Amino acid sequence: MGEFGVPPGGRGWVWVPWVHGVGTGGLGCPGCKGVGLGAPRCRWAWSGWVWVLWSLNPKVSAFQRRFVGEVRRCEEMEKTFTFLQQELRGAGRVLEPCPENPRAPLAREALRVQEQSEQLAQELREVSRNRASLRGRLRELRQYLHVLREGQRFTSLPVEPLPRPHSFVAGVIHPWRVNAFERLLWRACRGYLVASFVEMPEPMEDPATGESITWVIFLISYWGEQIGQKIRKISDCFHCHMYPYPESEASRADTMSGLHNQIQDLSVVLEETEQYLAQVLDKVVLALPTWRVQVQKMKAIYLILNQCSFDVTEKCLIAEVWCPVRDLTQVQDALRQGSYKSGSSVECFVQRIPTSESPPTLIRTNKFTAGFQSIVDAYGVASYQEVNPAPYAIITFPFIFAIMFGDVGHGLLMFLFALWMVLYENSPSLRQASNEIWLTFFEGRYLILLMGAFSIYTGFIYNECFSKATVIFPSAWSVAAMANHSSWSSAYLATHPSLTLDPNVTGVFQGPYPFGIDPIWSLATNHLNFLNSFKMKMSVVLGIVHMGFGVLLGVFNHVHFQQRHRLVLELLPEMVFLLALFGYLVFLIFYKWVKFSAADSLVAPSILIHFIDMFLFTSNAGNLPLYQGQVPVQTVLVVLALASVPVLLLGTPLYLCCQQRAPRTGRPAVRLGSRGGGAWPGGRGGVSPSHLDFAEIFMHQAIHTIEYCLGCVSNTASYLRLWALSLAHAQLSEVLWTMVMRNGFVRLNYVGGVVLVPVFAAFAVLTVAILLVMEGLSAFLHALRLHW
Amino acid sequence: LLGIFFNVHSAVLIEDVPFTEEDFKDGPERIYRLYEQVSYNCFIAAGLYALLGGFSLCQGRLNKRKEYMVR
Repeated sequence: MGEFGVPPGGRGWVWVPWVHGVGTGGLGCPGCKGVGLGAPRCRWAWSGWVWVLWSLNPKVSAFQRRFVGEVRRCEEMEKTFTFLQQELRGAGRVLEPCPENPRAPLAREALRVQEQSEQLAQELREVSRNRASLRGRLRELRQYLHVLREGQRFTSLPVEPLPRPHSFVAGVIHPWRVNAFERLLWRACRGYLVASFVEMPEPMEDPATGESITWVIFLISYWGEQIGQKIRKISDCFHCHMYPYPESEASRADTMSGLHNQIQDLSVVLEETEQYLAQVLDKVVLALPTWRVQVQKMKAIYLILNQCSFDVTEKCLIAEVWCPVRDLTQVQDALRQGSYKSGSSVECFVQRIPTSESPPTLIRTNKFTAGFQSIVDAYGVASYQEVNPAPYAIITFPFIFAIMFGDVGHGLLMFLFALWMVLYENSPSLRQASNEIWLTFFEGRYLILLMGAFSIYTGFIYNECFSKATVIFPSAWSVAAMANHSSWSSAYLATHPSLTLDPNVTGVFQGPYPFGIDPIWSLATNHLNFLNSFKMKMSVVLGIVHMGFGVLLGVFNHVHFQQRHRLVLELLPEMVFLLALFGYLVFLIFYKWVKFSAADSLVAPSILIHFIDMFLFTSNAGNLPLYQGQVPVQTVLVVLALASVPVLLLGTPLYLCCQQRAPRTGRPAVRLGSRGGGAWPGGRGGVSPSHLDFAEIFMHQAIHTIEYCLGCVSNTASYLRLWALSLAHAQLSEVLWTMVMRNGFVRLNYVGGVVLVPVFAAFAVLTVAILLVMEGLSAFLHALRLHW
Repeated sequence: LLGIFFNVHSAVLIEDVPFTEEDFKDGPERIYRLYEQVSYNCFIAAGLYALLGGFSLCQGRLNKRKEYMVR
């Protein structure tokens, strides 16, 4: 950004190099200070190094602001630029982006830019107009030449001499109208004419529509004056271009040579015009990008300045801003440099103003964390000084995505794609692409990188690589042992198409697979039964852990805002509710996994039925208890959970009420932030908390309680989408393999190798399109929802 | 990669080998031959892809050079 020169001895305005006009500036106005005015409506402005938040002065309407004229001038210039760009595009030139970063222009520079751009636009308009008219003229001449040439063919043919002296009408007509024209001529003139039509050898442009048409030349010889008039009128109606046809051979030859010369001259002139046009366009291409950026900056500066207010003496600009405390010295430096550079005698300065409004939230991100922060912000920006969940989201979001996407092959492809984007992130062709979808992917490249990496990990756990299992360790199940030790006779094998490997038989099951799921499951028909149970339980466990972690994050908030009562009155009941009900479910899952083995698989109790019975306080005879004393333990837990609800509901409001009624101990007012973002009414007003609105607090707490309890239940269930989506992904990839790829293996001769090439191509394309892109986006979406 | 896995007679890929009922007599030798045939097909396909890839790379480089020459 530049600064305006200060005319000697006059007034001027000072801009600061890096910051959009923070603070005050001006001449002859010592001792101005920034004063807070009115209720701010805020807007962000960023410049260079410092984040600064602007407050609009609401008392003045948009048109009364000081710099409206300048803004309008900028907009006019932008209109001229748009016209220039359109001309460029029409001529097929490409405007390249501005290479360097130009500063905003001074007043006289801006004037020069405006003059030059308008002059160029004027020139372009004139030259284009000339060119169009020259082209039209050339076209007419050419048509005339063709008419003469073709007509000569007819008139030089030896025909029997006609009885009376005849005249000619010659012209060109649109090919679609030829038939109607002929018919009308015949009917109207009753045969007193000879009409001949021939197509033009080369197509020519239609001036009206611009498309290339093969015109039809017609030559009508007639006798009689009235016929002539009729013919001419009819030709006019049909929009023909008519040309005078000289009677004699010699005059025709003369006209033709004359036309030749004219066409040549005109072509030369047209060429020169085109060259000139090209030169003008070159000039535009050189200058336009820089101008654009300059005018944009100028306009931005004026818009920002419009938001400043003037103080009483009309000599200063005052601006109200929010500025991070850490950057305050930078702001002061910038102001000082600005005043120094513009050579004014009075410095601009910044002064802190006490205010009771809550400041906006600024979260500093680098290129790695920006993607994650934007996802978290999509739900809502945290209030001032609340804990920011984005650092944790960096890990949990890709992990939850990966659970839904788990496949080594697909994860590897995604990881490599993101790696390519990250390694080449500084290449200008990647950064300045105009495709919006590509830009979205590019912004999230670190996100995709992590998602791919985590997907490889979960792919190994699910043991899926393009829907095939990898046998890194030998499988723990042995078919040979089953065949040898059990009752598998030949007769049995012949009659049973599907056989069960019973883990209770010795030697069949040799212990759990070291990492992930045993590869033999991919060959089993009850693969899905096993996986469903595993994935559902895993989803619930992960869901409870994730939700519990989220609730625990609230600890930071409560501690920071000095609201320790909320630790006891809110966090504790919330955790009790969550853990007593769903934490117990997690405990049951793990307990069953540990305690029950294949030996008692027939009598293993169903967790689901136990869980339902827990709430209904009934019991099912066929369902054995998991451990001794299960029923009383469950009853206690349910009672505890139900008891925590009223504590959550009434605890904080009652505490605040009591605090209000108790005698004042001189405690300073606390800033009461809140998780949902709504401000406590008691927080406003500062020092003496006057009158706590009990109804509002109670309402707020009631909403929070209901939301929390219902949310616990429904969100736990909604974590089951982790299972659902991973199932969908696995099935889709299996379908793709069996339906597409397997066809490539069918032919056993060497032709099969050639057939495999297009089959693999189809498989790859479908994999990328359906599995990577579609499934990836869908898993991303669901992971996002779970995070919210 | 698929060629290698088929060559090693990986059990996971059993469903992709086009066997018939009579291939199961007389031991696993016939199945192993089938495996190997499929693996040769995979290698042929991979070779064809390598050829195609090399061809397109050459064409790409040639065209880039052409763009600089035509002025």
